[in-house]
Amino acid sequence: MSSAEATRADICALAAAECFRNDGEILVSAMGTTPSLGARLAKATFEPNLLMTDGFNLLLRRALPFGTKPTNEDVEGWMPFGSVFETLWWGRRHVMMGASQIDQFGNQNIACIGDWQHPKAQLLGVRGAPGNTINHTTSYWVPNHSTRVFVSSVDMVCGVGYDRAASLGEASRRFHEIRRVVSNLGVFDFNTPDHRMRLASVHPGVEVDQVRDNTGFELVVSDRVDTTPMPTPDQLATLRELDPQGYAQKEVAV
Amino acid sequence: MFDKRMTADEAVAEVTDGMTIGIGGWGSRRKPMAFVRALVRKGAKDLTVVSYGGPDVGILCATGQVKKAVYGFVSLDSIPLEPHFRKARQNGTIEAVELDEGMFLLGLRAAAQRLPFLPTRAGLGSDVLKINPHLKTVKSPYDDGEDLVAVPALRLDVAFVHMNRADASGNGQALGRDPYFDNLFCMSAERAYMSCEKIVSTEELTQGGPLQSLLISRMMVYGVVEAPGGAHFTECPPDYPRDEKFQREYAATAKDDAAWKTFREKYLDVNEDEYQKAVAS
Repeated sequence: MSSAEATRADICALAAAECFRNDGEILVSAMGTTPSLGARLAKATFEPNLLMTDGFNLLLRRALPFGTKPTNEDVEGWMPFGSVFETLWWGRRHVMMGASQIDQFGNQNIACIGDWQHPKAQLLGVRGAPGNTINHTTSYWVPNHSTRVFVSSVDMVCGVGYDRAASLGEASRRFHEIRRVVSNLGVFDFNTPDHRMRLASVHPGVEVDQVRDNTGFELVVSDRVDTTPMPTPDQLATLRELDPQGYAQKEVAV
Repeated sequence: MFDKRMTADEAVAEVTDGMTIGIGGWGSRRKPMAFVRALVRKGAKDLTVVSYGGPDVGILCATGQVKKAVYGFVSLDSIPLEPHFRKARQNGTIEAVELDEGMFLLGLRAAAQRLPFLPTRAGLGSDVLKINPHLKTVKSPYDDGEDLVAVPALRLDVAFVHMNRADASGNGQALGRDPYFDNLFCMSAERAYMSCEKIVSTEELTQGGPLQSLLISRMMVYGVVEAPGGAHFTECPPDYPRDEKFQREYAATAKDDAAWKTFREKYLDVNEDEYQKAVAS
């Protein structure tokens, strides 16, 4: 892959990285290729104090390229699943997960399509989404932005959205934060008075109407929508180093 | 000290129809598959299976032995969704209790501590409470008055775990980098059985790795089974990695009844020695 020009996938990886800006010394758990590349870019550049694993149970001091096996010098600690749960409940964690469906308040579904009792399609199950979202910051990544994913109502609430969290009252919602949703078309946040999803920026080359047409609910759209930043030449070079095989390029639909 | 050595078939003789069994490991990692294969041979039915699920749950679904699955997920790791479990869910052939992964752990801890429940924030606001109407919330008795989910204890009749090494009296050692929650499975059960790659002397066991790797104490275990390759086809580091080729072959049988029949005849309707020989060939 030439390093000359940034692709949509590079822009998405940078947008994923930006989700972790100012997170400091916390555990990042990034599920999927683009979130993982984004987290590595953040750690390799502007957020070096993030804690990250090898995807299993070793905490690594530096962001390694995909496919590079950590050496003993790369290891700074141990994070078996028991410690992941303790860290999750402690709250010093930011997870970026996928979403099979997501609604305007950030309620997320990865469990099943259709009625849970009689699923049309069994997907991953709730996994850790309920506990993650009520205990610490969560962001989402959607590589294929469409009305099938951005829906008016999810079939099952796994990750808790802002309306559900608000209805629980202050004591229960105080650790809840859906920071951002990054898709192949744009970046979304919930910085609105009632925490409805807002189009924060469109990726270069994407029209606002294209985002609206592919979203199954009414997005909050400001009069002036920003454009998602392009990676700098340095950032692009780092992305090429971290993903030498170009796995992220294959994940992103344009 | 007791000599608790026995065979996997002797251990599963304990399991009768309708029991609740816990299975250690995680996904497709260090699963007590020799016990699972023995359970298939025994044919106990209407089981409630409690597991961080992998092919253990999938196989027992495919053989029709599962009445109810209690899980945080059922995954083959390199294949994100267990295909036989998926089929059972979509065909409605099993009941399901789907919990957040952390809630599942608290359920085990509650059972191990002989508590009725443990409180957590996990689950609040999510549909986990809707799909599990048996889950209740409690109010903190302190000034905060916070509402929390009361995760009920996951009590087990029998638990099965697989370790790398053990001694004859039931001290067990996990030499891989993640102990998972096998000690809690044992403590949550009326009786627990441990298989291992190799039974060694107690001296060899304690010298064979850091003392922190001695996850299972003999007071947790009723029987010990030496089962080399007993976690196959799941991974059992450092002894062996996951057999990805075999796992793919297994996964493909969910789409094809004839292929499943062949798989079952070749790998499950045989004893453990014949299984290991069939795998090696």
